[in-house]
Amino acid sequence: METLNAVSRRDFLRAGGAVVVSFSLGAALPKWTGAQSAAPMADLGKPLDPNEVDSFLAIHADGSVTLYTSRVDVGTGLRTAMSQIAAEELGIPIERFTVVEGDTALTPDHGGTGGSSGIPVGAKRVREAAATARQALLRLGAQQLQRPEAELTIVDGYVQPLGTGLGVSFATLMNVKRLDIKIDSKAPQKDPAQYKVVGEPILRPDVSGKATGRNVFMQDLVVPGMLHGRVIRPPTIGAKLVSVDESSIRKLPGVSVVRIENFLGVVSSDEWATVRAARELKATWSEWQGLPGSDDLERHVRESAVDHDEVLVNEGDSAAAFSTAAKQFSAMYSWPYQSHASLGPSCAVADVRDDGATIWTSSQGTYGLRNNLAKIFAMPAEKLRVIFLDGAGSYGGNGNDDAAADAFLLSRSMKRPVRLQWMRQDENGWDPKGPPQYLSLRGGLDAQGRIVSWETQMWLPKNIPGNRAFIGIDAAGISQDHGQGAGQMQMNGDPSYASPNTRVVVHYLADSALRISNLRAPGKIANVFAMESFADEMAAAAGVDAVEFRLRGLIDPRAIEVLKRAADMIGWQSRPSPNTQAAQGNMLIGRGVAYMRYKQQENYVAMAMEVAVDRASGQIQVRRVTCAHDCGLIVNPDGLRNQVEGCILQTLSRALHEEVKFDRSRVTSVDWASYPILRFPEVPQVEVALIDHPEIPPVGAGEAATAPVVAALANAIFDATGVRLRTVPFTPARVESALAKN
Amino acid sequence: MAKYSFHVNGRATTVESWDPGQPMLYLLRNSLGLHAAKFGCGLGQCGACSVLIDGKVARSCMTSVQQASGRSITTLEGLGTPDKPDPIQAAFITEQAAQCGYCTNGMIMAAKSLLTETPHPTLENVKRALAGNLCRCGTHTRILSAVLDAAGRLIQGSKLVQPKA
Repeated sequence: METLNAVSRRDFLRAGGAVVVSFSLGAALPKWTGAQSAAPMADLGKPLDPNEVDSFLAIHADGSVTLYTSRVDVGTGLRTAMSQIAAEELGIPIERFTVVEGDTALTPDHGGTGGSSGIPVGAKRVREAAATARQALLRLGAQQLQRPEAELTIVDGYVQPLGTGLGVSFATLMNVKRLDIKIDSKAPQKDPAQYKVVGEPILRPDVSGKATGRNVFMQDLVVPGMLHGRVIRPPTIGAKLVSVDESSIRKLPGVSVVRIENFLGVVSSDEWATVRAARELKATWSEWQGLPGSDDLERHVRESAVDHDEVLVNEGDSAAAFSTAAKQFSAMYSWPYQSHASLGPSCAVADVRDDGATIWTSSQGTYGLRNNLAKIFAMPAEKLRVIFLDGAGSYGGNGNDDAAADAFLLSRSMKRPVRLQWMRQDENGWDPKGPPQYLSLRGGLDAQGRIVSWETQMWLPKNIPGNRAFIGIDAAGISQDHGQGAGQMQMNGDPSYASPNTRVVVHYLADSALRISNLRAPGKIANVFAMESFADEMAAAAGVDAVEFRLRGLIDPRAIEVLKRAADMIGWQSRPSPNTQAAQGNMLIGRGVAYMRYKQQENYVAMAMEVAVDRASGQIQVRRVTCAHDCGLIVNPDGLRNQVEGCILQTLSRALHEEVKFDRSRVTSVDWASYPILRFPEVPQVEVALIDHPEIPPVGAGEAATAPVVAALANAIFDATGVRLRTVPFTPARVESALAKN
Repeated sequence: MAKYSFHVNGRATTVESWDPGQPMLYLLRNSLGLHAAKFGCGLGQCGACSVLIDGKVARSCMTSVQQASGRSITTLEGLGTPDKPDPIQAAFITEQAAQCGYCTNGMIMAAKSLLTETPHPTLENVKRALAGNLCRCGTHTRILSAVLDAAGRLIQGSKLVQPKA
């Protein structure tokens, strides 16, 4: 397929300071020449209204197209998938597409990246814009060719007669002008049965640059006159800065200390001098002990004040049904604070001037960041330009926005552009964390082994309206919002299977020990861990095979299909758990399964796993994972597969290893030794089946396959050992102690 | 300021450093404009900063300019370009073995070092060789496939530089 080669290049163009990703063929790879050195230009005269076609699409004289979107690609392949959708709808080859992402001076604001909404919401709008443009071009073509629209078609950027005769190119029709029309969400869209570009495994344009060291990451940006900055966080979270001894770094060349109340940073033209200064600067901080400590976090959370309750589901009478159930069950599941732990520490460059500012960032929401900074620094939002650049995977609200605020403070003080990068201990120590979760479940089966009662109680941090507070801005004593939110954490709290009496209640906690934010698939991983472990507990107690038990409670054919498929792929043998077969030496062997529908209304995902548990060491070896995934229409099967594989492996990491540790004063898991993640020797064989439904509009796929991972793993461990793990992470110590108790 | 000389990507190069202990990572990135090696941890724990020193994979965040002096350093940029990728780079492109791509540099450099010493690696060999390289996106299975695929390309002496269709 020609397109595969054609899009394997990445090409950087300059467009008013933005880095532009191009699918263009044959272009040499120009060197990044730095950003504009002129004053910030937040208004470039380009339309930004998200209701205008021209805001999203520009067709140029040479037939190339620029697609503008506020939905940034954080390594998920969104820019490729979105280009496929636009190329398909417009009838212009994808090789001619270039994508500009997350630049507040160039891209319309149709939302930031998050919640797997890039395709179902973000690309949907792009598709509507492209369909509207296609209609307009067809109309212009009819006028130009003096033939009725019904006799014309669109081929490769040309309006052409259906039979013979000369066509006219889009570029000619546009005549370098704008279309100047509103997006018509009812404009006729291509029939998915006719798709040629959507559904193809188009290569991502960024991978060749990433594999050859040519991709420009945020961390690689060089702005003329730029200084290097580092922040110095206090040794304890709430400490106040008492004094700074600048003489302690006098021997380091050209370092300036920036102190704004309790905000402390160092800046120099030499990055290594900056790094050493941040390490060696002597500062005295006040004592602070305001954390509960992570060792007994579960009790602390259970005992902390509940702000309010919310009943999410209340069907039938779950309490009465429980009391009369033939078999009764109750269990408690617990999930720790986890870090986004991005592989590259957060980074930003800020150029703050008297008349405005430009900020380069890998934030998932450049408009949100711009508006937040504008509010904090009392600047008109139009005077701030925020530009996205590729970053290390962020998986939600990592440290990127904080780094941008830190860079802003340093640049404002130095009156020079400042590149600010966090160090490893800043990233793992100070990124806002994925919140801990506790779930208490109670349920019952009747004499036939059917679910008759299901009750879920979950403890979650409450939402507080407003922006999340930046640590640097708080330290600097500047007033800002102190909102709190970590995404739709309450979803997937009820069973996937028929239950006549169900009650789901959330207890929203008044406080959170650590600052929190969205972390990939917020809440849903722990919720499905609990739901699907609990269903498995029921199946085992009823003496019913885990797949069979689930199938009995499902009627949706798409659900049944993924479940059967994942089980088939792993060679599932029908039998009850736990496994009674002999161990292989010290290795106890088992298999588990889990199913869920993401957010109860999106992707259908089932997963099966084969594990070996070393009863001597408590070490868990995941041997195989099979996954069947149905997200409706598949836009790019290779990109989708990459996302699903990533969901599985990242979540295995979270399940096996990850827990943010803290004492009374600070986070103590601040590097890869104290916050370990999955390593290659642990990587299982992963098989993914993608089920395509071209007739069903696509949902996102960046998160769904994370959700059943931990349950499938816990269920496999139970099958192998007869021991039920209900607290993440499943460390060898925890496994050993559970095995000892058994 | 003291001067240090070495070969970088085959070219004789001299840099200045006020500190003999300055890690090569900062000099490669800031003095030489070679950005492929990334700062990940500065602790030698993640592999994002990897380069080859005299053909063997090394952590540039833990290698001082003084230690590197007189040696031959290869960065990811030195292996190949998007138009003419090295077989390992080509395999990573074909396999689409990246998500965010921040770790990719270290993966390819570690693979280069492995395949130089062990041209016929097993899957277990590759896993062991990459054990010190962290990937946060969960792209491991593709990276493993890419390295094994690259081994095949190298064994065949293939001059294949374009991703397969």
